[in-house]
Amino acid sequence: MKRYSAFAIAREAFRQHSGWDRAWANPEPKKKYDVIIVGAGGHGLATAYYLGRNFGITNVAILEKGWLGGGNTGRNTTIIRSNYLQDPSAALYEKARSLYETLSQDLNYNVMFSPRGVIMLAQTHHEVRGYQRTAHANALQGVKTEWIGPQRVKELCPIMNIDGPRYPVLGGLWQSRGGTARHDAVAWGYARACSDMGMHVIQQCEVTGVRRDGDKLVGVDTNKGAIDCDKMGIVVAGHSGHLAEMAGFRLPLESVALQALVSEPIKPCMDVVVMANTVHGYLSQSDKGEMVIGGGTDGFNNYTQRGSFHHVEETVRALIETFPMLSRLKMLRQWGGIVDVTGDRSPILSKTPVDGVFINCGWGTGGFKAIPGSGWAMAELMAKGESPLTDEFSMHRFREGQFIDESVAAGVAH
Amino acid sequence: MLILNCPYCGVDADETELAPGGEAHIKRFGPGSSDDDFEEYLFMRENPKGVHFERWRHANGCGKWFHAARCTVTLEVFGTYPAQTFEPPAELSAAISAKRPGWTWRTFS
Ligand SMILES: Cc1cc2nc3c(=O)[nH]c(=O)nc-3n(C[C@H](O)[C@H](O)[C@H](O)COP(=O)(O)OP(=O)(O)OC[C@H]3O[C@@H](n4cnc5c(N)ncnc54)[C@H](O)[C@@H]3O)c2cc1C
Ligand SMILES: [Zn+2]
Repeated sequence: MKRYSAFAIAREAFRQHSGWDRAWANPEPKKKYDVIIVGAGGHGLATAYYLGRNFGITNVAILEKGWLGGGNTGRNTTIIRSNYLQDPSAALYEKARSLYETLSQDLNYNVMFSPRGVIMLAQTHHEVRGYQRTAHANALQGVKTEWIGPQRVKELCPIMNIDGPRYPVLGGLWQSRGGTARHDAVAWGYARACSDMGMHVIQQCEVTGVRRDGDKLVGVDTNKGAIDCDKMGIVVAGHSGHLAEMAGFRLPLESVALQALVSEPIKPCMDVVVMANTVHGYLSQSDKGEMVIGGGTDGFNNYTQRGSFHHVEETVRALIETFPMLSRLKMLRQWGGIVDVTGDRSPILSKTPVDGVFINCGWGTGGFKAIPGSGWAMAELMAKGESPLTDEFSMHRFREGQFIDESVAAGVAH
Repeated sequence: MLILNCPYCGVDADETELAPGGEAHIKRFGPGSSDDDFEEYLFMRENPKGVHFERWRHANGCGKWFHAARCTVTLEVFGTYPAQTFEPPAELSAAISAKRPGWTWRTFS
């Protein structure tokens, strides 16, 4: 792989950009791999990458039914933060956030990580107490967050109306090293690095069946034929239930649509990310100048990647009270992704009842921020059979009543 | 926009008039049940890519709970039926079979 650098840009400028390599190869599947990862979203690609980088396992195929990063990884609003309440979540999300800090250097691919800071607004007294509690929990977990008052919120985000009649801003939970990254670049950067290690990233290859010998995995059926493997990681977000059914087990989650929208581009007016959980909306400004807006999930099971219009309306209606200037903006595009939501709003990184099959799912509305940490932990789980980061995220925790309840920290979809 | 016909008041209610109530025909388990039964009842959910049965409430209308049969891939509505039953009416199941031969769901009741 030729490295990307300022020097490479200069060199190519002198020869009509004729010397760039393809970022990743486009191979046909082999008959057998050591490991198959189903789903080339961020989590699947990161799992493969750390299998190679941390454990030297490179006879790996990543099978994707559509195109690289075309699932939720390419549809999310890219908020990165690690201010969760429970210890196992803080460990996993903070691992991810800290890996994001150096991801562009690690992958030699600019993922545009922008630690511009994230404010979670408290607009009710209940939220004030909730976030103060989270700030204390984060202090004990070694995650740097801070409770700030309304005046500081206004300084950080001047376009906000902090004395709204219905939902005045009472303060906020501030994580100064949270922020955003370029979602596509995260998928592309990992794919390029995987391909460079000799792994096969195979697009337009849909897994249609899982072959087993008793309780042991044999391989998968795909639209490009049968492929054998020793281990398989199912990392397909909203389609997890469907893949689990093929493999012969059930999951405690449901797939629903989550939508987002962007406005026309405007001049820079907001250099932090703001989440307003009470009114159910969140907002940031992209480098192109668009205001990126998201809200809550739709209320029913859905695989169409289309959501209901009234949720968009509710989100925007709520946000313009806190951000009056938004009322003048035209919205450019709206889209949806299918997210897999568990009962405690925490993910599942787990062995399964089928020997050799592992699952990484349940990231629901908030897994972009977790991609590097999730891949790191999942690779360890698949390589060694256990990982300190995944111990508590087993699919059996519901049966045992060992929830990782993040319905407060993840109270809004993000 | 999803439109469901309320089997009680007969109104074609659009989504903003309705409140979703999740998976239909869930069997409830009380004290003394096994861990497996509790897990099933509280957390395991049907999540089919295709035919699905749900509970809905005509919240901003007559207020009644009812059932709906839908396809989660096309958003086609197969029909709605009253709440006081353990399984969909036979005509509805037959109508679904005509459109989606071989459909499966977990066992009713
Ligand atoms: C509108 C929206 C906004 C969001 N905002 C945020 C946010 O601000 N911050 C945040 O942290 N998270 C956010 N999220 C959540 C985040 O996008 C997801 O948690 C994350 O991207 C999941 O990544 P993944 O790799 O697990 O899944 P995906 O990126 O969905 O990848 C799964 C892949 O599996 C493939 N696949 C499925 N079935 C098969 C099959 N049978 N064979 C082969 N391949 C298959 C799919 O095509 C897909 O490419 C948001 C999500 C949405 C929809
Ligand atoms: Zn009615």
